[in-house]
Amino acid sequence: MTTETVEEFEARARAWAAENLPPEDPDNPPHFEDDLEDWSRQRELQKKVWEGGFAGICFPQEYGGLGLSTAYQEAYGRAIHGYQTPTRLNLPTFAIVAPVILDHGTEEQKQKYVRGALMGDVILSQFFSEPKGGSDLAGVITRAERDGDTWVLNGNKIWSTAAYGADYGICLARTDWDAPKHRGLSMFMVPIKEQAGFTLNRIRMVTADSDFCEEFFEDLVLPADALVGEVNDGWTVASRQLVYERTAVGGGSQYTQGPRMPRPQNHDVQSPAELAKSLGKQDDPYVQDRVGLAHTYEVIHGQINHRVGQAMRRGALPPPAASIMRLFHAESMWTTRDVMMDVAGGLAVAPNGHYAGAITNGVEDYLMRQSASLGGGSTEMARNLISERVLGMPREYAADRDVPFREVRQGR
Amino acid sequence: MQLDLNDDQKTFQQTARRAIEKEMPLSRIREMVEVGATFDRRWWQSGAELGWAAMLVPEELDGGTISGDGLCDLAIVAEEFGRGVVPGPLQAVNTVIAGLVEVVGEQERHAETIGGLFSGELIASWAVYEPGREWDPLNPSVVAKVNGDSIVIDGVKDRVEHATSADLFLVTASGPEGVIQVLVPADAAGVTVTRQDGVDLARPFGEVRFENVEVAAANQVGTSSTTPAVVERQFQVAVALQCAETAGVVGRAFEMSCEWAFDRYSFGRPLASYQALKHRWADQKTWLEAILATTDAAVEAVSRRSSNSAELVSVAANYVGDKSTEIIQDIVQLFGGIAITYEHDIHFYLRRATINKHLYGTPTEHRRRVAQLIPA
Repeated sequence: MTTETVEEFEARARAWAAENLPPEDPDNPPHFEDDLEDWSRQRELQKKVWEGGFAGICFPQEYGGLGLSTAYQEAYGRAIHGYQTPTRLNLPTFAIVAPVILDHGTEEQKQKYVRGALMGDVILSQFFSEPKGGSDLAGVITRAERDGDTWVLNGNKIWSTAAYGADYGICLARTDWDAPKHRGLSMFMVPIKEQAGFTLNRIRMVTADSDFCEEFFEDLVLPADALVGEVNDGWTVASRQLVYERTAVGGGSQYTQGPRMPRPQNHDVQSPAELAKSLGKQDDPYVQDRVGLAHTYEVIHGQINHRVGQAMRRGALPPPAASIMRLFHAESMWTTRDVMMDVAGGLAVAPNGHYAGAITNGVEDYLMRQSASLGGGSTEMARNLISERVLGMPREYAADRDVPFREVRQGR
Repeated sequence: MQLDLNDDQKTFQQTARRAIEKEMPLSRIREMVEVGATFDRRWWQSGAELGWAAMLVPEELDGGTISGDGLCDLAIVAEEFGRGVVPGPLQAVNTVIAGLVEVVGEQERHAETIGGLFSGELIASWAVYEPGREWDPLNPSVVAKVNGDSIVIDGVKDRVEHATSADLFLVTASGPEGVIQVLVPADAAGVTVTRQDGVDLARPFGEVRFENVEVAAANQVGTSSTTPAVVERQFQVAVALQCAETAGVVGRAFEMSCEWAFDRYSFGRPLASYQALKHRWADQKTWLEAILATTDAAVEAVSRRSSNSAELVSVAANYVGDKSTEIIQDIVQLFGGIAITYEHDIHFYLRRATINKHLYGTPTEHRRRVAQLIPA
């Protein structure tokens, strides 16, 4: 453990950032253009953080981290405010995949993926969802079959955020079709590169972003050391991963570095309050009511993450309570996006003129409104988890329970 | 419920809970409501002995706190009041105390009143609302004329909590140079108090008329230049305590509804096993955690006089106000027809949450305040 106080650490981080990190231009905040050049930039920035000795503040020292508490992580976040940082690596690399490897990976995997990520050499992605599966994650039909020392992967994954910029995807696949669905799964690390049997496409969203990807595996050969955790125990790994994902999506991860999420693209106006002001509507009582509501949600979002995070760490709430943060996050995002549209009013129909940028972004966000309640698992699943695992309510009847997966119906 | 209660605070909480369970259970409150009683003065006095009116009083005036953050301690009791939908002047008395201890240099002058309040011998209430008007404390139509050594008060206040039980009122009034506050004994000549039975059966309000009511100039609390800040302080204390009380109301109502989820069978299975219903409890749990989180943050900010306390108070007030009633109305729906009868206890909880939502600023008023307080 360090003898440096949080204040000393923050001061040192501040001095280092001033010396080493490029400042953000407040008039031209960094935009992510969905291209590989941007990812190279993220790698360069991460290398700077590593060389500065600030990478992985809450990660263990033996895998390249600093082994410090969240107080230091938060201090670092304050210190680097206003500088360019590799925020895109927070999700899923640092907040989700790396901690899963720490929990379930071999010593070699921890050195390769966790240390590699902290050094800026490795970017990680998740291959979870499938076109036919969604919230029923344990129903995946991508298969991995053992072939001597290797595994052969066949199937199709989708909604992999930013996989095009990553080096590996952590992939849930079925390895035993005779076991019930949760017991026949295994987790693998799949290299993302041009190779036989691997195809990656980018998906165009309603906002014209194309951060999501889909992947096809046709007899893709994986080495034996691609396996994470035990064979047929992939659900244990996936469950851990889901907890990290819910915590991260809710905004409460201890493994992120600095500002928790990447900024939205090309946003000239960041908040409903700013939009109201730029449209000259800040004194309208109705607009004030709506703007006050959006700000209320934004403030409470931080407060509930703090409370539920603390309660989970102390055991006052069980780990599935992370879904409470996830559910509130979605509600908060809906509110903000609805309020943006309300504030824009009739100007949202065909935004042009002075306020085009702001309103266009508001409209695009509105079209993507439900993404907040789909990404990271649907809010319906969050509600199941809260009612069943936090409140202890019984599960609904499931037709695939304790049935060999081979016999489970897979759609009509 | 604050997550970080120390051992002394836990004892304080348990003592309050026992005092309420023993002396003021819902069955007793029902009996009191039947005969039109408000609260038992002796019971309040025994609560005062437990410290229910001492937490905001500084040590030099013989008060004291459990944790060093008096309002955080008081919020613990407010939450217990909410859990039991208890009648009693907790918010009324402490809001007046918050004003009296705020006026620098005058504390000695009001020491006797403060002493009477924290010992439970005196009941005071803030006379701040006016008939037909929303929350607007700094524009009173009640007039205070200063006449040499005395002040003469004229006008009408309403929605004065526990007005018929109060021994004195802290009245906001338009003085010669701006708004001032004046302590007026309820038995002063020219004071007429009329009970207003409100939504909350256990917590009556009253209209208070002042006709040429003459009190000593020493009864003035603060000056026209200090009053806006003192009123803001009282307002923040009142709202913070109100949110804490509502958090207790919703917390207990949610417990009742979860018990029901497991006990009530329909079509051969408990309500808790239906996904369509489970999702409602999941939402309620999430909103309840949000209520607790934002209430704690508001209470702490007011207790510590943080620079953003006004913002956090109004954030909490509008969210807690709207969500508390939304949750409890949904709980009524889950209980079914029995819950819209007098017989079922849930209406006491709905009543308390409903008045708290509309007192000291409505959710809309608080949201507009939030919009104006957003940091640039």
